[in-house]
Amino acid sequence: MVERAEGDLLERFARGERTACARLITLAEARDPRFAALYDRLAARTGHAHRVGLTGPPGAGKSSVVDQLLRHWREADLGKIGVVAVDPSSPFSGGALLGDRVRMSSRLGDPQVFIRSMASRDAHGGLAHASVEACDVLDAWGAERVLLETVGVGQVEYEVSRVCDTTVVVLHPGSGDSVQAMKAGLLELAHVFAINKDDQPGGERLAADLEEMLELRSDLVRERALLGWKPPVLRVSAREGRGIDALANAIDAHRRELERQGAFAEVRRERRAAHVRALVEATLHARFFGSGRGAGELGEELERGLDAGEGPYALAARLCARISGEEQQR
Amino acid sequence: MKPEAPSAKKIRVLIAKPGLDGHDRGAKVIASALRDRGFEVIYTGLHQTPEMIVEAAVQEDVDAIGLSILSGAHMALFPKVKRLLDEAGLSHVLLTGGGIIPAEDARALEAQGFAKLFGPGTSTSEVCEYIERAVRERSSAGSA
Repeated sequence: MVERAEGDLLERFARGERTACARLITLAEARDPRFAALYDRLAARTGHAHRVGLTGPPGAGKSSVVDQLLRHWREADLGKIGVVAVDPSSPFSGGALLGDRVRMSSRLGDPQVFIRSMASRDAHGGLAHASVEACDVLDAWGAERVLLETVGVGQVEYEVSRVCDTTVVVLHPGSGDSVQAMKAGLLELAHVFAINKDDQPGGERLAADLEEMLELRSDLVRERALLGWKPPVLRVSAREGRGIDALANAIDAHRRELERQGAFAEVRRERRAAHVRALVEATLHARFFGSGRGAGELGEELERGLDAGEGPYALAARLCARISGEEQQR
Repeated sequence: MKPEAPSAKKIRVLIAKPGLDGHDRGAKVIASALRDRGFEVIYTGLHQTPEMIVEAAVQEDVDAIGLSILSGAHMALFPKVKRLLDEAGLSHVLLTGGGIIPAEDARALEAQGFAKLFGPGTSTSEVCEYIERAVRERSSAGSA
């Protein structure tokens, strides 16, 4: 199609056009150079949405839980909801099969819901590089809540807790005991535990086991921005729609507690700072080392140092000195 | 004015099964073949209405849609998808498909703006290559 100009894109976005919303996310994913200016104009309109991350092992039923939460909040008519669902890219072909929509069908056709599937591409930590920006686009679109579902592969997916206000860890009977959860670092990152598939046996035991572990290691459950929050362990069945009210209420309660303690705004400021730091890092990395061997302003120097057998620390220090020397000359 | 060099952008394809037939093996085979060729495939599952398919295409900003149908209802469902797609402002999206579609129906649908439709026995690489080429052609035509 004839792609319209960027100004027009923002105008259409401001009118709430879903195709404009979708295109902005595509630009973020493609690292399109024009996205930077568009994003800066949107940034002022972000920060309102409650950002909720959902993580947990594959097959725990994260998408089904998201679907039930969508249904709950939409039936209560609590405003727009955005969903960003990340699935893994194939390290071999770079392609991806994004299937989260299969389970998120109960609010299809609801104009107040926007669901976007995203491939993790070259990012690690359970998210895609553009997932934060996609959440921001949905925030600016007017979402009251933005749900971010992680890949669910691997044990450590801390990244989601850094970019969300509230992190929900979804487990299911059979996903291992509390030692597994502890190993994976889930105890300290969860604000809410959802034990899904409670229609199957073992939910009660897993819940009790987790509760006990949380009790024993209450020192671990140290909330970064929030004092006195004890992560509730809730048993739900997304299939039967059971326990969803309590889960939604716990998520909303965590937001209220963040606001009460003044942490909601603080988290946003810290998040934006982290975003800027990441952008600086990426820009500098691209400038000095580019992509691939010998690329960028310092790529060749690095290769020469390696050839000369220079120690890694000494070489790094010399390259840093060159960078700051060059900056002073400018 | 497509956002990026065609080679840099991942092609996003929606694979959907409209209507009531419950046979999604073909759709899954195509979806995984496209993935193995580097596409990002959004798979929506069985029993999709034309409205659901077009809504998913809007939100996912896809470059192409592949409809899989074996029930014989293609002449009722396919034109509706095309009409809703145009109404949503997505007439640039490559709309293709496959399944049990008699040649004359395929010709009629292609006359209505459908891209090539594939029948039984088509190799997955033929489908992948076709979609890749057709999407690249469209995006370079859009940028002209």
